[in-house]
Amino acid sequence: MSTQHILLDGLPVSFTDGQTIMQAAMAADIFIPHLCHHPEFKPQGSCKLCTVKANGRYVSACTMPARDGMEVENNSPDLNDKRRTMLQMLFVEGNHFCPSCEKSGRCMLQALAYELEMLTPHFPQFYPDRAVDASHPEVLLDFNRCILCELCVRASRDVDGKNVFALSGRGISKHLIVNAESGRLADTDFSLADKAAHVCPVGVILRKRRGFAVPIGSRRYDVQPIGMQVERLARRTTTEEV
Amino acid sequence: MNAAVESRKLRVATTSLAGCFGCHMSFLDIDERLFELLEHVEFDRSPLTDIKHCGPCDIGLIEGGICNAENVHVLREFRHNCKVLIALGACSVNGGLPAQRNHLDLGQCLQEVYLTGPGIVGRQIPNDPELPLPLDKVHPIHEIVRVDYFIPGCPPSGEAIWKFLSDLLAGRTPRLGHPLLHFD
Repeated sequence: MSTQHILLDGLPVSFTDGQTIMQAAMAADIFIPHLCHHPEFKPQGSCKLCTVKANGRYVSACTMPARDGMEVENNSPDLNDKRRTMLQMLFVEGNHFCPSCEKSGRCMLQALAYELEMLTPHFPQFYPDRAVDASHPEVLLDFNRCILCELCVRASRDVDGKNVFALSGRGISKHLIVNAESGRLADTDFSLADKAAHVCPVGVILRKRRGFAVPIGSRRYDVQPIGMQVERLARRTTTEEV
Repeated sequence: MNAAVESRKLRVATTSLAGCFGCHMSFLDIDERLFELLEHVEFDRSPLTDIKHCGPCDIGLIEGGICNAENVHVLREFRHNCKVLIALGACSVNGGLPAQRNHLDLGQCLQEVYLTGPGIVGRQIPNDPELPLPLDKVHPIHEIVRVDYFIPGCPPSGEAIWKFLSDLLAGRTPRLGHPLLHFD
């Protein structure tokens, strides 16, 4: 059987049957920006950051199966402009005040904003009013930073088998909720040992009493931009995301 | 850059609105490069000169967001006078720390701070006519006027400010790469 290839920005990249464009690219150490994708979980293609042009059509690289001879445009000014706009919309929709966030320096949203040179949120800020949930003894929930990637929903439902998280509402009122009558995390069987506790790409699900442990300058994305950490991103497991 | 342009120093104005002067301190962190900068620029209105109003300028640097009526007037004065207006730091770019009051009711904030909070003497909400009225929400400056460039960071490092200004003075498109571009 001859090897199958896609042409990623003109470069032949081999893939095996069933691999998506994202998986083929990551195996070849090529970065495609993404937020809701995680190698341990079934892709759902909701954040749209990984949008590429495959044979002239916009598709999500994390859900689109690779096909032999497929021409894929990824790192182009056109796509990066669109991705930057999506990031700006994510930033203004929530309250992303990086200087006070424990996740700063290892936050994928922030790292992507650096990677795509987002200098301004551009759009008018929503400044939504979202209460934090500090009820759980070990974990803090700061909903201000939620980007609705559903990684915690998928982890809790598909791996932990607990269904602690869900998205509720539609459109602009869509938001993350906790599956308890009180709505409080303390009233669920959620624990720090759950996958869902370690999968948040931003600063919503935070381990208590561990903030700011790594000094500024030494944090994950201080050391190296996210675009140069493809190998780590491809083999990352939830345990290292703490 | 032609000789005629080079012979004239660029006029730069700076101000701190709803900010903490941290960005100005960071600006001073370019240290001895200030001498090099002063070969190319002269300062108009700025905390460094104590000039109170901005005249026609080439570059305006705005630290801080917009939290009261005076901030709006100063920002408009800068936009009116500056050919290039730059948002300097997190607060002017996205509201920053002062904007963390945006989900609170302003009246209740004032009451708690000046009337009902612990350890308060002389319980009275300041109402001197000299004081600018606070806005109900804090805004980043691009929501009020057109802004040409943004330098994020809380504060942006001296290195980032220097890189940005030296690019701009040399006629290059200013660019902040890793690790100069940061939001904290």
